[in-house]
Amino acid sequence: MAYALQGRTGSWEVVVGLEVHAQVVSESKLFSGAATAFGAEPNTQVSFVDAAFPGMLPVINRACVEQAVRTGLGLNAAINKVSRFDRKNYFYADLPAGYQISQYEHPIVGKGEIEIECADGSTKMVGVTRLHLEQDAGKSLHDQHPTKSFIDLNRAGVALMEIVSEPDIRSPDEAGAYLRKLRSILRYLGTCDGNMEEGSMRADVNVSVRKPGEAGYRTRCEVKNVNSVRFAMHAVEAEALRQIEVWESGAEVQQETRLFDSNRGVTRAMRSKEDAHDYRYFPDPDLLPLVLDQAWIDDLRVHLPELPDAKKARFMRDYGLSAYDAGVLVAEQTSALFYETVAKGRDPKVVANWVTGDFFAILNKLGRTFENPPINAAELGAILDLIKDGTINGKIAKSVFEEMVGRAMAPINVSLTENLSPSDSFSIRIDPLTIVDEMGYRQLTDTGVIDATVDKIIAANQDKVAEFRSGKDKLFGFFVGQVMKATQGKANPALVNETLKRRLT
Amino acid sequence: MALDPATVRRIATLARIRMDDAEVTTLVGELNSILGWIEQLNEVDISGVDPLTGSAHMALTMREDVVTDGGYPDAILFNAPDRIGDFFAVPKVVE
Amino acid sequence: MSSATELTDLTIVQGRDGLRAKAFTAVDLTLAHLHAIEALNPRLNAYLSVGHAQAMEQARAADAALAQGDMRPLLGIPLAIKDLFCTTGVRTTEGSKILMPFVPPYESTVTANLLRDGAVFLGKTNMDEFAMGSSNMTSYYGPVENPWKRRQDATAVLVPGGSSGGSAAAVAARLAMGGTGTDTGGSIRQPASFCGLVGVKPTYGRCSRWGVVAFASSLDHPGPFARTVRDCAILLGSMAGHDPKDSTSADVPVPDYEAACERPIKGLRIGVPREYRADGMPGEIEALWQRGVAWLRDAGAEIVDVSLPHTKYGLATYYIIAPAEASSNLARYDGVRFGLREDGEDLRDLYERTRAAGFGAEVRRRIMIGTYVLSAGYYDAYYLRAQKVRALIMRDFTEAFAKVDALLTPTAPSAAFAQGEKMDDPITMYLNDLFTVPADLAGVPAMSVPGGLDADGLPLGLQIIARPFDEATMFAVAAALERAAGFVALPTLRAGG
Repeated sequence: MAYALQGRTGSWEVVVGLEVHAQVVSESKLFSGAATAFGAEPNTQVSFVDAAFPGMLPVINRACVEQAVRTGLGLNAAINKVSRFDRKNYFYADLPAGYQISQYEHPIVGKGEIEIECADGSTKMVGVTRLHLEQDAGKSLHDQHPTKSFIDLNRAGVALMEIVSEPDIRSPDEAGAYLRKLRSILRYLGTCDGNMEEGSMRADVNVSVRKPGEAGYRTRCEVKNVNSVRFAMHAVEAEALRQIEVWESGAEVQQETRLFDSNRGVTRAMRSKEDAHDYRYFPDPDLLPLVLDQAWIDDLRVHLPELPDAKKARFMRDYGLSAYDAGVLVAEQTSALFYETVAKGRDPKVVANWVTGDFFAILNKLGRTFENPPINAAELGAILDLIKDGTINGKIAKSVFEEMVGRAMAPINVSLTENLSPSDSFSIRIDPLTIVDEMGYRQLTDTGVIDATVDKIIAANQDKVAEFRSGKDKLFGFFVGQVMKATQGKANPALVNETLKRRLT
Repeated sequence: MALDPATVRRIATLARIRMDDAEVTTLVGELNSILGWIEQLNEVDISGVDPLTGSAHMALTMREDVVTDGGYPDAILFNAPDRIGDFFAVPKVVE
Repeated sequence: MSSATELTDLTIVQGRDGLRAKAFTAVDLTLAHLHAIEALNPRLNAYLSVGHAQAMEQARAADAALAQGDMRPLLGIPLAIKDLFCTTGVRTTEGSKILMPFVPPYESTVTANLLRDGAVFLGKTNMDEFAMGSSNMTSYYGPVENPWKRRQDATAVLVPGGSSGGSAAAVAARLAMGGTGTDTGGSIRQPASFCGLVGVKPTYGRCSRWGVVAFASSLDHPGPFARTVRDCAILLGSMAGHDPKDSTSADVPVPDYEAACERPIKGLRIGVPREYRADGMPGEIEALWQRGVAWLRDAGAEIVDVSLPHTKYGLATYYIIAPAEASSNLARYDGVRFGLREDGEDLRDLYERTRAAGFGAEVRRRIMIGTYVLSAGYYDAYYLRAQKVRALIMRDFTEAFAKVDALLTPTAPSAAFAQGEKMDDPITMYLNDLFTVPADLAGVPAMSVPGGLDADGLPLGLQIIARPFDEATMFAVAAALERAAGFVALPTLRAGG
């Protein structure tokens, strides 16, 4: 069912295009040698070029060009071997030169596409119009002084990739899916860390509405600098509702730039920006055309990591995972790597259940990621091995898991796990078998004890036995539960089932 | 393409240069004269010609991704007409 | 060298030889110039700032190095530096009020090269504001007086040309042995012609623009002034070279330009482009041009008639492209990080007041033109069209250079004019650059050599234009012209005069 919003006059369709500004992962800036690291003291990562001092000139950073090309390849996009830099002219306090070096008519990357997974499990292709390189602006702080704004140019000149989608998105869900997928691809490639809270990835959300079946697009508005996926989704809806209200009241939506007020859940117009549209683009005369070598591009392509879509397909094919589970595991390279390490030589579906279930849950609870999990792949694998060889059953295994995590997180041990390095995936620091023995968790497989326990339960519940025998099949679960309770959960479930079946029928 | 005072004012705003009426009037005359003189370029047959942007004879050379600059906030702020701490200060901007 | 020759009359070659022969010291040379500046600069206004202490320190260091046998090409030679080259710790104003407070924390590559080769900097010279002008009349710091006077009217104050008027006047008046300038529409060659000097605009990208306050990025060419061709060759050899900090800098080796001055020009083909004529151009200029042709023919060159059909469109092309680039380059002068600030009610008001107060009329005019031609709806009609005509102008040169090795033309359509003349409307002033602008648009090297005097005793220059990166041929032809012209006239206002 297509997403639609209800207005007073009926249904409305939402048309969304997303412009994502992704800060390029690089040591130094796009056109200057100043550092790009986040969080430095104000104006300490600023060169005279960044501050647009008289006589200063831009020189392009090879790594930024590489990252843009690799991103283009990751989006299945055309790489333009000749591209050009243009000046986008406007005045603002955080733009020292009074122009931004960007790319207008000849961007470095052309048309591409991203496959997104929608909430209902279907997939959809969203087109990418282009990707270009441009300078980021500095930062203005408006709340440090009663009458003045403070300018910090640390961020001025950092390389950005502007990734523009086609207006193929039709709902907040799709917008969220697109942003999450794009973010995932960028993180896989290592071209952007995708950290929206820190501002290294920002979205401008372009929204328009129209009646279902209407041809063409109506006027759109841009909601700028949305800094979380959730806010982007809310902004889509909030802005669409506002526009519907405008159209239905008989007025026309004016093209304008707006901001999303996350506290009130509405968009509002930006106060500056008159004449903002006359950027007077012209080729930057301080630079020459950027010409890329095909062999160089091919070499970059060959060395790309396996990307999320390919990895997901491989997981489904080789591990027999569902699209959903595979999708969850490959969202981050780190979770995918963790999974594959555990799955090696083990039942991939069992591993998938554990990783997507208990492991994800514990990471969330502890505020950890797959880069610094409390217990590592080898340790989780060891627990699963104990289930496989019958030492413990599945339910007890969860207790063992919890206990292991608890011990790992104890203050004396926390430092061991906080800064995990890749090699640590393979060493077992806390042996689950030790816990099993200490806690007496070994699975009960002694048929004599199980038989005796089953007999005791049956004897104590004759009324239920009669009900079961007269057709209440659901009561089987009650008996299983009682036997497990009586054995502190340690009885082998298969043996319990078998014994109960024999005794009850 | 004659300029009128409103256009001159719009350009002055784009260029962020304050202008009083007298100057606008003078500029309307001067700019129209210059633009009229420039019109002679319309005589030239430019069909099939690629625009030249700069007469340099090379393609862009790229530099290595190493931090070689920055780290001198005092020099950056030294010439600032209004410096507060380690920031440039401007009249407060409301977005 | 007669015993009465002032140190300030020496050429760079003579200065260099004298220093190495210990006929005098670098301190002697610098002091002589500082005294001359003290005497004459109040009238000429060629220098905006004089660095006495720094110059003496550099001269002393040069003497110490000379004593060690240091053979650097410019060791101890005192120079005038146009005030748009950023010089560390030394105020750099660009001839503008908006940069009056600006003290650069860095040294331009070109001036760093000169310092590397041992030069002494006497001071920063006056110029048209932001290099926009052909007379040095637009400087916020007052005009510069041309040291040459009309025979018929010695009271008239003449302009030295522009925008590098201060450097030209300083070198002509013997207040420096050489100087630096920039040439965007003719701003080295035209003042050289007006002041009886040699002035060189090298190939675009030959000299780095890093640290040179930008006017029009694709047209700015740093270059030298001196009183002889060989002196200019020495200066250019020092100034030129690849700079990785400037993306438009040419990665081409610098040949020995001084040696190129000795090259015979026998057999070289010299093109005479028929379009280098202007309405109302004095007959004397045409006559000098013909004399120049004859000199070169006598020296063994072959003279070829050529056509550069788009020459007349150069000025209009320039007056679209240069203001467009300038309007963007000058956006950074906003009162926030450096320079003048005029307070405002809000940020926009601050910008508008600062720029209105800080920029002079010509600069404001050009920013307005530039902003307009780039604005929405006009880009194709003006800027794009101009860049296409520019391509045609460049093609004219390329086609001509298939037939000839260099071109000979007049440098300017008139001799130096008086302050106040040609001020009726901007266009009259723009026409001064008619013969110089095409070489800027095409980026080909060009230089002016004094060819003779007009009836009023004012110098007239001849321009030589050569192929990209073939300054060597250009110097060879210029040296031959210089020898033939035998220009020995001296300006009225000069050191020791």
